[in-house]
Amino acid sequence: MSAAAALELRAVRKSFGKTDIIRGVSLEIRKGERHAVIGPNGAGKSTLFNLMSGRFEPSAGEILLNGEAITGLRPFQINRRGLSRSFQITNIFHNLSVYENVRCGVLWAAGYRYSFWHRVGGLRHIAERTEEVMARIGLAGQRDVPAGLLSYADQRALEIGITIAGGADVILLDEPTAGMSRSETERAIELIRGVTEGRTLVMVEHDMGVVFGLADRISVLVYGEVLATGTQQEVQANAAVQEAYLGGLHPGGGAAGA
Amino acid sequence: MGVPMTRGRWATWGGAALALALAPQVISGGFALTLMTQMAIMIIFALSYNMLLGQGGMLSFGHAVYSGLGAYFAVHALNLVAKGAIGYPVSLLPLVGGLAGALFGALFGWVSTRRAGTTFAMISLGIVELVYAMVLMLPGFFGGEGGISTNRTAGGAHLGVTLGPAIQVYYLAAAWCFASMIAMFALTQTPLGRMANAVRDNPERAEFVGYDTQHVRFLQFVLSAFFAGVSGALSCINYEIVTAENVSAVRSGGVLVAAFIGGTPFFFGPVIGAIVYVFFVGALSGFSQAWLLYLGLFFVVMVLYAPGGIASLIAMQFPVIRSGRLRELLPSYLAAAGAAAVAILGLVGVVEMIYRVSDASLSPQMTLFGLTFHARAAAPWIGFGLTLAAGLALLRGASRRVSARWRAVQAVLGGAAPGRRA
Repeated sequence: MSAAAALELRAVRKSFGKTDIIRGVSLEIRKGERHAVIGPNGAGKSTLFNLMSGRFEPSAGEILLNGEAITGLRPFQINRRGLSRSFQITNIFHNLSVYENVRCGVLWAAGYRYSFWHRVGGLRHIAERTEEVMARIGLAGQRDVPAGLLSYADQRALEIGITIAGGADVILLDEPTAGMSRSETERAIELIRGVTEGRTLVMVEHDMGVVFGLADRISVLVYGEVLATGTQQEVQANAAVQEAYLGGLHPGGGAAGA
Repeated sequence: MGVPMTRGRWATWGGAALALALAPQVISGGFALTLMTQMAIMIIFALSYNMLLGQGGMLSFGHAVYSGLGAYFAVHALNLVAKGAIGYPVSLLPLVGGLAGALFGALFGWVSTRRAGTTFAMISLGIVELVYAMVLMLPGFFGGEGGISTNRTAGGAHLGVTLGPAIQVYYLAAAWCFASMIAMFALTQTPLGRMANAVRDNPERAEFVGYDTQHVRFLQFVLSAFFAGVSGALSCINYEIVTAENVSAVRSGGVLVAAFIGGTPFFFGPVIGAIVYVFFVGALSGFSQAWLLYLGLFFVVMVLYAPGGIASLIAMQFPVIRSGRLRELLPSYLAAAGAAAVAILGLVGVVEMIYRVSDASLSPQMTLFGLTFHARAAAPWIGFGLTLAAGLALLRGASRRVSARWRAVQAVLGGAAPGRRA
């Protein structure tokens, strides 16, 4: 590698009590790539995301963001270093309007931190950035709607909006299209493609259509271990993957391992 | 929210300023003035409490710690002024109280804001008991049971203000009340104020957009304690005495009740709540020994039927008024109010008779609503009992009518429920 990887995991382990969920994962996410983590239910995909984003602390191993160790840092510290994530189960500010939800994602990165001496409504570049993100996620028309009243697909879009609003260069999306219809999924793919342009994307996804449509590289996680990492062709050709995960399914079609 | 000063907002603030300025002119009398001074002070206290509960999602059972300690520091400062040890305008004592409140807010907030929810609530209760005990244990500074007395006129005249006459104290409290209201409202419009709402709604998500939720709560807590201290110093000036009661759990519960009755989801809710609360405590306590019972009943009714407080009941009417459909609801409202009045009449009768009978030192001959009767006679019991039962039955029917009319109007309006505002 010429430059440091965007995100690097070195022999990361995580156990809850006596149960090993992540059993020694080493993974390198290159700068600017779109990387999908796939695997059957219970493989530890969400746990892996929680480790990367600081929700959980690894039991062993090391995690580096842009070459710097972030192991054991709190979520807000990791976020400030340029990693932002979304959640599988929609995790938004239900009582706040769409606009305010997005703005929450903008404020810290814009340098306003804990200020209690700026009138937030008077900060034009904050407003511009917030409007821009709302337009990108297609919610400009629902500016003042409380987020809790949005449709499911719109809440998922808002989830992504909050995640990208701060301009983090590493974006983690946890099943961004879960529970969406076909047409909603297609729109979501376009949205994700657009908003992650020029950034590094890591996503957990069950829908193979989404994975093959978006990802430059894929990692297959089975029982807390990475079986293979590579392009779609490489992963599909991998014997271990075929045996353990894809089985008799023909990828490119419907969802695998649902 | 992010809107500049709209006409509506000018009207609201202008109206508030006008109300504070003209109240003593419109409502005269020494007792009314005392009540209004207490209201102005309570408004600051209740708004500062709502910075925690309504805006930050922190349920505190110990907010009087900060107003009370602010009051103690203010009383010492005032006594130093009286001795001539320091020169400081008495009108600016609330700053001393505010800084003391903020200082202790920083101290105790550092411990208690790590978590919200039950943990925070329990710690706040622990702190208020601890501080109350400390106050009684250290009579040197806190004056023990008797508290510390002072003389607000000791500072002499500043700009012609001696603070001798009650009207001057009112205007001092009103001025601080207005300034504090504006400052606390302005705080809701800052990045910290907005993120306090976000942390209230979803602390986890706030951590993933770069915010240390503990730090957000901590700063909000310290700022809230500052305004609590301001109100404490004003009550020190008003009463010229500060006792352990000022830092008690009872007073902490009082501000919770006031803020909640008014409506914690709305900035102005606690203003309404403070006025109602002081009315109960100050005015009703002069008429009935059972005032605390009435307040408690009112609180329970609000928690059960209007958790958004009086402010939410008012806010719900705005879309109806705008659409010009209030007329369709008004008859059912009036019917409900009438039924409630009947029920209250019966309730008050029964409650007052119980008090009269249970207190042997009182004569059973009593006068209520212009009626004179014997509290041990059967007729008034039956009369008030039936009134209460009839009132409740009427209220049941009337509230059904209100909700039926309400649904009909909402169906026409598109059923948009009033959103939560911060």
